[in-house]
Amino acid sequence: MAGLTCSGQTMQEILQYFFSGITNGAIYAVIAIGFSMLYSSTELINFAHGEFIMLGSLCMVTFFGSMHLPLVPAMILTIICIAFTGLVFERLAIRSVKHPEPIVLVIITVGASIFLRGVGMLLWGKDAYSIPSFTSHPPIDIAGAKLLSQSIWIIAIFLVTALGLHLFYKKTLTGKAMEANAISKRAAWIVGIPSKFMVMMAFGLSTAMGGLAGVIISPITMCSYDMGTMLGLKGFCAAMLGGLGSLWGALIGGFLLGILEALGVGFVSSGLKDATAFLLLLLILYVRPGGIISSAEVNRF
Amino acid sequence: MMSVNRNHSIMMILSFIAIVCLMAASPAFSESGKQPYKIGGIFAVTGPASFLGDPEKKSMEMIIEQINSNGGIDGHMLEAVIYDTEGDPSKAVMGANKLINKDNVIAIVGPSATPTTLAVMPMIQKAKIPFISCAAGNKIVQPIDPWVFKTAQSDIQAVATIYETLKSKGIKKIGIISVDNAFGESGKEQLLSQAPDFGLTVTKSETFGAKDTDMTAQLTKMRQDNPEAIVCWGTNPGPAVLAKNMQQLDLNIPLYQSHGVASPKFIELAGSAAEGIMLPTGKILVAGLLPDTDPQKKILNAYTTEYEKKYGSSVSGFGGYAYDAVNILAAALKNSNGDKEKIREAIENTKGYVGISGVFNFSKTDHNGLGPDAFVMVKIKNGTWELLQ
Repeated sequence: MAGLTCSGQTMQEILQYFFSGITNGAIYAVIAIGFSMLYSSTELINFAHGEFIMLGSLCMVTFFGSMHLPLVPAMILTIICIAFTGLVFERLAIRSVKHPEPIVLVIITVGASIFLRGVGMLLWGKDAYSIPSFTSHPPIDIAGAKLLSQSIWIIAIFLVTALGLHLFYKKTLTGKAMEANAISKRAAWIVGIPSKFMVMMAFGLSTAMGGLAGVIISPITMCSYDMGTMLGLKGFCAAMLGGLGSLWGALIGGFLLGILEALGVGFVSSGLKDATAFLLLLLILYVRPGGIISSAEVNRF
Repeated sequence: MMSVNRNHSIMMILSFIAIVCLMAASPAFSESGKQPYKIGGIFAVTGPASFLGDPEKKSMEMIIEQINSNGGIDGHMLEAVIYDTEGDPSKAVMGANKLINKDNVIAIVGPSATPTTLAVMPMIQKAKIPFISCAAGNKIVQPIDPWVFKTAQSDIQAVATIYETLKSKGIKKIGIISVDNAFGESGKEQLLSQAPDFGLTVTKSETFGAKDTDMTAQLTKMRQDNPEAIVCWGTNPGPAVLAKNMQQLDLNIPLYQSHGVASPKFIELAGSAAEGIMLPTGKILVAGLLPDTDPQKKILNAYTTEYEKKYGSSVSGFGGYAYDAVNILAAALKNSNGDKEKIREAIENTKGYVGISGVFNFSKTDHNGLGPDAFVMVKIKNGTWELLQ
């Protein structure tokens, strides 16, 4: 077995798998954060989350690819658009529900996902699009393994976002209020935190995360109206893996999933790539039902 | 509150039904007084395989319009009933079911893809209805079913064309990567089984998901054995991601793609990574580059001009599958009086029909009817196609 001899080439391969893994992992983590954030505030799993990723990607195709806006304005504009769509979704489809039981809301999000996919198809057509990398540096060579410039972008944007969210939750009053609202809606309401506004914020932020995931992923994949579902499911897996409702759990789950997938392709079989995610999920749910970072408050329905 | 909601939802359902009915109702008319011949079409008009189904539907409508304006067949007008499969095998089965039992069509053209075709075949066999598929997979006509034909070139011919080129370049070791659906599986099977005939060794055979965003891991694994060429079998967008990843990993290994990506869309998606990629394609893609002696040149030019004039978008080879299918069917319908067995026999005895995808010679043992000359090898250069050889 070539794998047993730790030659230079094997190291190079493992490193390459690792790079591939952290790139995908960072994407899964951003998606998982979106799921987790919303879940912790509303106990709702938004199965339309994947479609916000798709919308983010396709908006990026329009703003950056077709209209040739500079990178940063295109990104910001995309994320604002997606967050706004998320708010409209919350206002029209979620808040107007008369009996907001979890199962009803989950079904609504499934319906919304089909609807959004249809909207994506009508607006952008059925074709796939591709946009250039944010910057056209040649890949960086580290011990023979190639780290793509877009991977660096993805990881950097991810780190900034994670740090930003951490600071937002821990240092700002709004963030703290959101966290309080997540821990106990009633207690938060008693001390005067407007619960509805907090839920809205959570929706906006969560879908903005989806949009961001779409933005950073758009140069490395092909963007089309039906790209969201699988990404959404993978992100959901990552969120469950790490512990639904926890920011750091989403982060760990995302990277773990990405790296294990890449190693699975490398050392087992590429046919099992998608199965890896779901096998892992089953295993974790069996051993630690709450995910890797499980908090006592996490309750399942 | 509940009752308001219920009324509301009933209204919604009613209006939905009304819309569906309006959309489904297509006028049936016949100028000569004879019953029109109803031909069914099932294509992936929307969904991931829409790049196949959309031009197929348009081509079918175009050729039927032409036949009708020339007086139809033996005085019978042709009427197309087309359903959308969305690339989903269960929707394809539903569509075929409707065509057979509700619309009572006398023949069916489509579906666009191998999985959808395989899904509807049992029903066709039971209903005994002439069926011409527009999909590439070889399993459709092997083993031969008396009622099932296809116009798209097979994987067998495509693989043979690629391997011929590899052999002439003295390549011995190749890596294979295929998409994990029926198209990829069928291609992989042919790639593996034909390799020894051309003196090729397959070092690794990997797969990728149709929606995968990154294939660097598979490529890294394939690189271990230093293959002299990589053959990728898939349809857009996967192969474009692979081409990009190869460029990013700086792999200087020649990349061969299947005819599944033979459309300008692939060049657009892969961008600069498409440069130098070689693939087999039907002649339509390079109609302008063909020598005047080529028997297909005339029909290719005619089809291209008409299609572009009518729809204002450029042609792809895929529409040609439906164009050929309807043309072959129309020829078979002559003097058949709508008898399905007669139509079937006439299709089976079609010889020397010069179509978009090649020159068709059907027989009892060959329900695809195409030879290896149906494909030419092209190379992508400066964002366009270049004829090899």
